Amino acid sequence: MAIVKLQTPISEEDVRKVKVGDIIYISGTVYLSRDEAHLRALEYAKEGKKLPLDFEGLALFHCGPIVKQDEKGEWHVVAAGPTTSSRMEIFEDKYIEQFKVRVVIGKGGMFERTTAAMKKVGAVYGAFTGGAAVLAAKAVKKVKGVEWLDLGTPEALWIFEVEEFGPLTVAIDTHGNNLFKEVSQKVESNRKKAYEIIGVSE
Amino acid sequence: MEYAPIVEKVAFNLMKYAATVLPDSAVKALKDAYKYESNSVAKSQLEAIIKNFETGAKFCIPMCQDTGIHIYYVEVGADCPIDDLGKIKDALINASRRATKEVPMRPNAVDPFGSNSGDNTGRFIPWINWEVVPGDKLKIVAFPKGGGSENMSTVKMLKPGVGIKGVMKEVLDWMIHAAGQPCPPTVVGVAIGGGADIAIKLAKKQLMRPVGQPHPDKNIAEIERKLKEAINTTGIGPMGLGGNTTCLAVHMDYAYRHPASLPLGIAVQCWAARQSGAEIAPDGKVTYLHHNIKE
Repeated sequence: MAIVKLQTPISEEDVRKVKVGDIIYISGTVYLSRDEAHLRALEYAKEGKKLPLDFEGLALFHCGPIVKQDEKGEWHVVAAGPTTSSRMEIFEDKYIEQFKVRVVIGKGGMFERTTAAMKKVGAVYGAFTGGAAVLAAKAVKKVKGVEWLDLGTPEALWIFEVEEFGPLTVAIDTHGNNLFKEVSQKVESNRKKAYEIIGVSE
Repeated sequence: MEYAPIVEKVAFNLMKYAATVLPDSAVKALKDAYKYESNSVAKSQLEAIIKNFETGAKFCIPMCQDTGIHIYYVEVGADCPIDDLGKIKDALINASRRATKEVPMRPNAVDPFGSNSGDNTGRFIPWINWEVVPGDKLKIVAFPKGGGSENMSTVKMLKPGVGIKGVMKEVLDWMIHAAGQPCPPTVVGVAIGGGADIAIKLAKKQLMRPVGQPHPDKNIAEIERKLKEAINTTGIGPMGLGGNTTCLAVHMDYAYRHPASLPLGIAVQCWAARQSGAEIAPDGKVTYLHHNIKE
């Protein structure tokens, strides 16, 4: 298990060095998108419209933050923990291939399609501790911008400048490894032992 | 005596502290888990959880961005000299509105046919559990409940023939199915008997116990212990990333059942086992039960 510090824009070469189980910290630009912002970005790409931000080499965070706006109109992050990534499985592979984000951050893991796209394009999934909203907010140095506020504050495209954002446990790497899949296989093999404790079989 | 103005002020404090400061029993359970965890990934997850709630408490920031749906448990003493019982509900609604704005808490009350109300209130929300108990006090517990863990709560109508072992297997299988989704390490509330509604209500009420406090009945305490051990043997680990800490405690209770039914309620609580309670005495004196809150 290595501890790796990454600075955006992250190159394909650097991200391919990271392995499942490593801990990564990101400095630079992390942007937020949930279901709606994914759909809109893909729609823009399809229509050939210009995106408000070039996503290549950046880190995408599945998160709907608590934010507040001061009198001057500037936004501040109060709390920003990860949301469940599996909802994005249905289009994340297309998204990664289209935009070449290098790190996807969330909780709960992702599945086959995302794992395959990450191997092909060169991207990793960083599991951020569920609920650790304060740690995330503290790593945000500045809200660089927000787009698509019409989607509502939790769904908008927030752009954060971060310093040592993490710890993120690499749960999918560029070699096709998926930690959540490995754990679920281990859990299956432990099932019998767990049954024995409560005195049941099968 | 008029209680509503005190209740509004107290309930605001309770919501604020529930969202920002984890009760002692949960802190201890998580720190013990960190001490005994041997898996390095699991240890880093627990370390992040601990650092997170400690920082949240220090700066009075919600420990999780999902500040939950607002629930209150209200116990009215049968000899409580209250003259404005009809105003308590509005006092609690006002407290939730204020907490949403001032803490701040994320607006989490959505009209299923429309949009987010923006202030954590709406039809039946905050939900208030009323109970009349012996004594002369009025007790309020604020219990903001997160959505991720609630999504893994369930009711199952078992066949009575499966017996208690069948109940235990069902709980274990369900928690294996839940895996990392409810943000483990979890507290698992379990209840059997009554009916579908009674089982889940009792199961959820078990989450109010200090984390790890066993049931007073030794046989039930033993089932709790075995279930906890079995769930932790699965290796799901904190956040489902593997490890020995999947569950901090199992809290179980029961009601008598219909001869034909064996309802099972499973109420799942994420690591952010948030709650805060207070008792108001007939002289208006407020005693906070989970947090050291100064007026």
